[in-house]
Amino acid sequence: MADITKEQLITSAPKKKEREPVPKLTGKIKTPKIVTGAASHYKCHVAKPEVQEKLGFPGELVDNWQEAAIRRMGELLEKYKSLQVYMDICVRCGACTDKCQFFLGTKDPKNMPVARAELFRKVYRRYFTREGKIFGKVAGAVDFDLELLAEWYTYFHQCSQCRRCSLYCPYGIDTAEISMAAREIMDSIGLGQKYVNEIIGKVYEIGNNLGMSGPALQNAIEFVEEEIEEDTGIPVKLPMDVEDAEVLLVTPSADFFASPHIESLVGYAKVFHQAGISWTLSSTASEAGNFGMFIGNYNAMQKIASRIKDAIYELRPKRLIVGECGHAWRVAYQFWNTLIGPFDTLNPKYPRPQHICEFTNDLIDKGALEIDKSANDEFVVTFHDSCNVARATRMGDKPGGQFDIPRELIKKVVNKYVDMPAETIREKTFCCGSGGGLLTDEIVDLRAKGAMPRMQALHSVMETHGVNFMALICAICKAQFTKIMPMYGVPMETAGGIHQLVGRALVLGAKE
Amino acid sequence: MNVISLFYTAFAYVAIAIFLVGFLSRIIKYAKTPSPLNITLTPGPTTRAGAVYRVVQEVGVFKSLFYSNRIIWLGGYIMHLGLALVLIKHLRFFFTPAPASLAWITTFEAYAGFIFFVPLIFLFLLRLITDRTFYISLLTDYIILVLLMLIAATGILTKYYVRTDIIGVKEYIMGIVSFSPTAMPMDIIFITHFTLVMLLLIYFPFSKLMHAGGIFFSPTRTQVDEPREVRHVNPWAVKG
Ligand code: SF4
Ligand code: SF4
Ligand code: SF4
Repeated sequence: MADITKEQLITSAPKKKEREPVPKLTGKIKTPKIVTGAASHYKCHVAKPEVQEKLGFPGELVDNWQEAAIRRMGELLEKYKSLQVYMDICVRCGACTDKCQFFLGTKDPKNMPVARAELFRKVYRRYFTREGKIFGKVAGAVDFDLELLAEWYTYFHQCSQCRRCSLYCPYGIDTAEISMAAREIMDSIGLGQKYVNEIIGKVYEIGNNLGMSGPALQNAIEFVEEEIEEDTGIPVKLPMDVEDAEVLLVTPSADFFASPHIESLVGYAKVFHQAGISWTLSSTASEAGNFGMFIGNYNAMQKIASRIKDAIYELRPKRLIVGECGHAWRVAYQFWNTLIGPFDTLNPKYPRPQHICEFTNDLIDKGALEIDKSANDEFVVTFHDSCNVARATRMGDKPGGQFDIPRELIKKVVNKYVDMPAETIREKTFCCGSGGGLLTDEIVDLRAKGAMPRMQALHSVMETHGVNFMALICAICKAQFTKIMPMYGVPMETAGGIHQLVGRALVLGAKE
Repeated sequence: MNVISLFYTAFAYVAIAIFLVGFLSRIIKYAKTPSPLNITLTPGPTTRAGAVYRVVQEVGVFKSLFYSNRIIWLGGYIMHLGLALVLIKHLRFFFTPAPASLAWITTFEAYAGFIFFVPLIFLFLLRLITDRTFYISLLTDYIILVLLMLIAATGILTKYYVRTDIIGVKEYIMGIVSFSPTAMPMDIIFITHFTLVMLLLIYFPFSKLMHAGGIFFSPTRTQVDEPREVRHVNPWAVKG
């Protein structure tokens, strides 16, 4: 690679008109031979100074960036046990090398989890280990120069932080932790990613990822109410900012606007209505997503989450429920209690917080909802385990509830369900290819390739069982698949939420 | 005591000191570095005992590696098994009389060194054979394998081919352990073996060999999947 300049580093890759061809669907996931540099041209746009500054980061790459980056690395090593331990203990056994969807899809060896982590580790060795300081290159220690920084920027934005590598590593080394730390370091020297940081800025200013103001939200909600009434003749309400309701529902803002997300919002509303449980949305806590996690920035994550704490304080709900969103459920399940807990004002009889699938599944078990499965008879359904839900959360009391409860729920509302091949589901699931802040247009070719393993698995059950609906519980998965499926020649209607199915099967007005 | 003995004895003490101080200070560092968040890899144990069992399975049978890659598992597991047998065997050098509880090891006496040595060759070849492992292997990965192979080879030689004076070796080691060093047996194979082991000890705390201790501090495996039930407190969080 030629020497690169600061300008080249922050300039976006030229826009291509042609889409790259996607892998052919055969139903098989093959481990490719490596092709060096095959993914080096997928580069996310760099955040503009005004975006960076809003988040409290330097506007552009600072002059003493190397020194500043090393200093920040040192701080993170002191603050995160995961990072410190994972820097030291990888033995390069190779077990993770064929586990990442971005390697399988792009063939680029730097997308093998261990190779991705090595980009970080060789800087760590150079500045933080005796071995590296004394023996340098021989010990795999490398100066942190612009060229390496450019590689960091490229490849740490080709990781969806899905944790698949951690599952298969004999030491549990979680490359997601390393890519979060890398992004945090890059932000701290003024090199941020446009898509994620713009969204965080919108949450700070307006309150949600889509940047929908209160009135816009109100409009969207009224629109949904009208749709439901037109469809069913029953006035189902979507309450907003109601005090002392039983439930506060926090859901990804995409549910208010995007398709097919909005169908799941319809589903939630029908469930609450039919169960007769008072509920509310909040115009301040109008976003379950938390992109602070993607950039590994604890303060951003806490600041974003604090809107929910404020809403609980103002609206005094008894229960807190989270809508369909993968990374949001991770932040809610694993981190909220730490970031904004304890949830002392919420009813301890229910999980704090609870997932919407746990909630609806319970209600059906209790017979609180009447279901007509035949409403979904046109579908043969399968389920994509979102990586964040699968490997970073739980539902119910038992380990693995995050796999069983969504499946139970689906089977309660549809007649025809099949699973995709066993090696691609449950904890072994592949990411959709767009998590971790990769859901941005300039890298759509990368996203298509990252989706390859899931698309192959889907294709195999489409062929064998006639599957025509893949149920999802993640806003990013929904956006990704509706975009990527047509590229593979699969109709985009194949992707939809679980509560879309629930909403269709629910018989409104059956019980009052 | 002759000059060589003096030199080696000093060298041994330095090596052992570097190993102990280095290893312990790394472990203390791992133990002390905070975990701001609960990052259990799920599905995971919901109790502390479950989490301990999870780590025990990783250490005892390399469970994740088994599900991940059977070939690497085979090489890695047998190598570590061989290493364990070899280490147990060596315990006899440290106790007089040798404890009865170690009697069973004589069954493996003849093979222990080979159970260690052969998988090392296998692991070395494995690095070269697939393009992915070749790509990720660093020079130090090969160096460590070669070092271990040489240690195993010289160890095997002392036993089967050169017939080192075992009594003399034992006296020498007991001398070091009891801080009253004696002259070392002038046996070139033994001296080589001993030197390589000391080099390994010195390198240990600065290398990936720290996985031996670090595995007990990997948060994705050691934490308990209970974030909703038990509030995980971040030790360095700013109040707010
Ligand atoms: S599986 Fe773990 S130890 Fe092995 S190469 Fe990958 S990260 Fe390193
Ligand atoms: S976290 Fe997921 S995307 Fe990132 S390296 Fe690991 S397997 Fe690949
Ligand atoms: S979008 Fe869905 S599958 Fe992809 S990272 Fe998020 S949870 Fe995982």
